[in-house]
Amino acid sequence: MKKLINDPDDVVDEMLDGMTATYPDRLRRLPDTQVLVRDDGPVDEKVGIVTGGGSGHEPTHAGYVGDGMLDGAAAGDVFSSPTADEFEALIDACDAGDGVLAVIKNYEGDVMNFETAIELAEMEGVEVESVVVDDDVAVDDSLYTSGRRGVCGTILVHKAAGAKAAAGGDLAEVKRVAEKVVDNVGTMGTALTSCVTPEKGEPTFDLGDDEIELGIGIHGEPGTERTEAMSADAITEELTEAVLDDLDLDEGQEVLTIVNGMGATPQMELFVVNRRLQELLGERGLETYDAWVGDYMTSLDMAGASITVCAVDDELKELFDAPADTPALTTR
Amino acid sequence: MTGDGAAVVAAVGAVAERIQAERDHLTELDSAIGDADHGGNMARGWAAAAEAARDLDDPDAETVAKTVGKTLMSEVGGASGPLFGGSLVFAAAELDGGVDAETAVAFAETYLEKVEDRGDARVGDQTMVDALTPAVHTFKKSIETDGLPPIEALAKAVDAAERGVAFTVPIRARKGRASYLGWRSVGHQDPGATSALFILEELLAVAAERLGVDAPRADATSPTIPDDDPDAEASDDSDAAPEGD
Repeated sequence: MKKLINDPDDVVDEMLDGMTATYPDRLRRLPDTQVLVRDDGPVDEKVGIVTGGGSGHEPTHAGYVGDGMLDGAAAGDVFSSPTADEFEALIDACDAGDGVLAVIKNYEGDVMNFETAIELAEMEGVEVESVVVDDDVAVDDSLYTSGRRGVCGTILVHKAAGAKAAAGGDLAEVKRVAEKVVDNVGTMGTALTSCVTPEKGEPTFDLGDDEIELGIGIHGEPGTERTEAMSADAITEELTEAVLDDLDLDEGQEVLTIVNGMGATPQMELFVVNRRLQELLGERGLETYDAWVGDYMTSLDMAGASITVCAVDDELKELFDAPADTPALTTR
Repeated sequence: MTGDGAAVVAAVGAVAERIQAERDHLTELDSAIGDADHGGNMARGWAAAAEAARDLDDPDAETVAKTVGKTLMSEVGGASGPLFGGSLVFAAAELDGGVDAETAVAFAETYLEKVEDRGDARVGDQTMVDALTPAVHTFKKSIETDGLPPIEALAKAVDAAERGVAFTVPIRARKGRASYLGWRSVGHQDPGATSALFILEELLAVAAERLGVDAPRADATSPTIPDDDPDAEASDDSDAAPEGD
């Protein structure tokens, strides 16, 4: 398969250098690591917000590094967790003395490496709290995970925690709002085509021309059902129903929604999905407070989309509305 | 170089050689239930760790153990990095006063505790804990209750670990990627537990060599139970050492 890469072994390294070349005033790479941090960080008198995970989900993770969101992000190899020493370097670099919140997507490698790093950082006197995001309602245990997977809802955790920290919240308050998002968000995705990793150069899984996978994971892990291709409306109904059944919201509840592209989905199609999503929310008596459409948490060149719904209250609305200025997300 | 530090450096070198020699064997075990990377990852990590240990200038045992742990943590990757390496970084502090019967027991107990906590695994989950738990318990009892010399206690620990590895075969995996195979994990020997046994066997061999005694059982044959399970087609999941996102 054709790829716009050089050596597969160099792709993450070259991507990171490309990001600092693109955003020289925003992002800085820690020497001898795959960690990108805010160029002006660590920010005095602010809790640091950090995350990380495998590469291949761009703009996740470092795309959200900037004012109002993350202070830094560690990039692992494609679909592989960063190592504990990289996470430790990230935590150290993002601590201004007020502690650090680690946002961890629920994959065993990420959790174990981050936890090891946190314990090491704590031994060095850094105060660290963590929150594990598990918003994927599709499957309980799957490849790479015990429990539910962490997917696109993670962006909202970055946003809320980042806004709270920017507003001067202490570590406990920042952790509390991060957990509030985790408790109120659900996501489910579908794949129309498999992703192709640079290393392997061929599809990660076989999906027929007339098939789709419902409940797909962001590394191509199996979902709940392989079914014949359906219309955008039918797919949107399946995904939305699964997410809303899981969240079990009261009528009149306000929600923020994300229609997220998996990497190779035209925006045209994402808007078609969002159109039906908003109709369905109305039919269920839910009120959309804000709707986001775009590529937030991708799976390389997979075609497909995920739908995220997050129930919001006044506090979360204020945090989601708060200013953020990052390469991938700006709110003002 | 002090005696303890030199002994640990020698042991790490022996482990690196052994893991390299068993690389294909470990990969084969992992390919039945995982993604066939355990042998390669461990061989790469231990080779780097042995080199880092050799480069230390007159280190004490704690420094060697910590250096090896940190190197494994950064080179092995996946979950084996934090499990084999991270646990070693924390347990190394127990060797503060050098290596003797008392500090060795404390080291072993802390190491096991860290692996259990990090992996959230207990005996019977078909993981490296199944090899380590009987080894550590036997080691502690042999020293503290039976009053055996450390070398004999270590030999008994290796024997216990070997039986622990055999125990992983007929049970169902509940942690690590093998757990997603459900009942299909039954009949497979856990690669992580197997690696843990190889490490213990080399520690014993080096300790015996330095004491100038024959280790009660220092031969390096692996107790693998042949694995010809036809269900091995699901080899893209599962591992004693799951990866991450």
